[in-house]
Amino acid sequence: MNRAMYPFYFAIAALIVYSVFFVMPGLMGIYYSFTDWNSYSNEVHYIGFDNLAKIFDGQAKYLGYIKNTLVFMVATVVLKTVLGMLFAMMLNDGIRAKGLHRVMLFMPSIIPMLVVGLIFKSILNPATGLLNESLRTVGLEFMTQKWLTDLNWAFKSIIAVDVWKGVGYIMIILLAGLQSIDKTYYEAASIDGANFWQKLLHITLPLIIPALMVTTVLNLLHGLKVFEVVYVLTNGGPGYATDVMYTAIFKEFSTGNYGMGTALSSVLFIVMTVLGYFVVRLMSREGNES
Amino acid sequence: MMGVNKALLPALRNAVAWILSAVMFVPLLLVAVNSLKTKAEANGMKLSLPKAFQWSNYSIVIEEGKLVRSFFNSLLYACGATVGSILLASLAAYVFSRHRTRFNKGMYFYLIMGIAMPTNFVTLMKVMQWTHLLNTQLGIILILTASSIPFSVFLIHGFIGGVPRELDEAGVVDGCSPIRLFLAVVMPLLKPVLVTVAILNFMGTWSDFIHPLYFLNNSDKWPMTLAVYNFFGRFQVNWNLVSADIVLTTLPVVVIYLLGQRFIISGMTAGSVKG
Repeated sequence: MNRAMYPFYFAIAALIVYSVFFVMPGLMGIYYSFTDWNSYSNEVHYIGFDNLAKIFDGQAKYLGYIKNTLVFMVATVVLKTVLGMLFAMMLNDGIRAKGLHRVMLFMPSIIPMLVVGLIFKSILNPATGLLNESLRTVGLEFMTQKWLTDLNWAFKSIIAVDVWKGVGYIMIILLAGLQSIDKTYYEAASIDGANFWQKLLHITLPLIIPALMVTTVLNLLHGLKVFEVVYVLTNGGPGYATDVMYTAIFKEFSTGNYGMGTALSSVLFIVMTVLGYFVVRLMSREGNES
Repeated sequence: MMGVNKALLPALRNAVAWILSAVMFVPLLLVAVNSLKTKAEANGMKLSLPKAFQWSNYSIVIEEGKLVRSFFNSLLYACGATVGSILLASLAAYVFSRHRTRFNKGMYFYLIMGIAMPTNFVTLMKVMQWTHLLNTQLGIILILTASSIPFSVFLIHGFIGGVPRELDEAGVVDGCSPIRLFLAVVMPLLKPVLVTVAILNFMGTWSDFIHPLYFLNNSDKWPMTLAVYNFFGRFQVNWNLVSADIVLTTLPVVVIYLLGQRFIISGMTAGSVKG
């Protein structure tokens, strides 16, 4: 009965398109990681672990790309979670024009990342940008920086721009989580004489954990896949200081080093697929219960 | 002390809310304002209002940046991928949600694994060559469809779980074929989630930059994002024109966002607060 009503062939088109254009390149990538595939020759040779050894032996800049990607991921996860939680708690009650604020705070998340990059390229311009201009106007000249070309600041600026874009989205999820907490818990705790911190620690945090897990997963995946914001703001510069996995892959691709590009991509693929396995298991279990 | 706190706190909260909103809004306002200035005025990219509104910036940009073409390219890619992914994802999500065999559960799991998996663009190029889709519009639509499928399946699958089966059974008793049952009975019930998924996918594919960057080298096929980036490269000193181009690239998603706000926020927060 079920089989006739819900035939499997309904799902075949989705499975084929997804497999051919999404999964297959990932799997093929693992094979090509062990080759010298490039744009100069039509022949592809098996070279064993040469590409991977080059990535991990630490002599070339490849380990730096991995490190930058991890730093970016950790920094954005922490900043977006902490700031998002802080903003959500502040906006949870006693705010007028709540709808308006929600629209505003969410707005950056829907703007194309490329556009955000271009806008901040102007704002962070050391000579004419809005940020340095504002700092000069209020007499904080000493705080002005070459935000995107100074070795100490370039990566931090990129992280800040990404947080600017993404924090509103995280806040909205956490706000929805906060609003689903029953108010009577807080009332009961107040009667028992609990202070703000006790309520935060014993009521808010335990009940917001499901939402926090979702935001962390989203931020984590987003952080590992970062490309546009780096590509537009610094394109990896100064030097290779801000290059991440996907910008490095694009550079290898553009210079015709397909084997190396695909080896880097495969490292990311394996890490994220393993990570994804646990995440998705969690997600599909939740779906089955409801 | 307590009394002061009680009176001050709401005022403080509101002030912080306004500051935060301003921080999020000022960069966007900056671009809008500067898109209407002369080149000299926009040189500093300040928030001051233009002396006279230079609406001609927009016509210059549309002409110089070949934006009419790019606009329709973007529209084609976004609509194509949205329709494609909705259709394929809802069919798959429907079968996997209604008929939960071990095999179907496994296939569902395989599909939503794509939420986490990264794309290997280098080997994707090879696949595009094999299928003769490299540098074609159909190719971009198919890739964007493929990458939208996992999350769409996840959202729709979650929603179908809450749609009662009684109607399915009534449909079968009335002699509906499976495809009619889906299109005429089930699909209308999925409208809320389909609207959400459509909006999310449209905005996501409209904003996409990396796929055309890798796979479209012919500027006649570029979407708005690639066109604006290229325009920025050529006219970097004319921030008024670059701003106008940015506004045109962003306007469609902002309009859709303001119209479909309710659906977007519900979709993007779906599944996260149920616990």
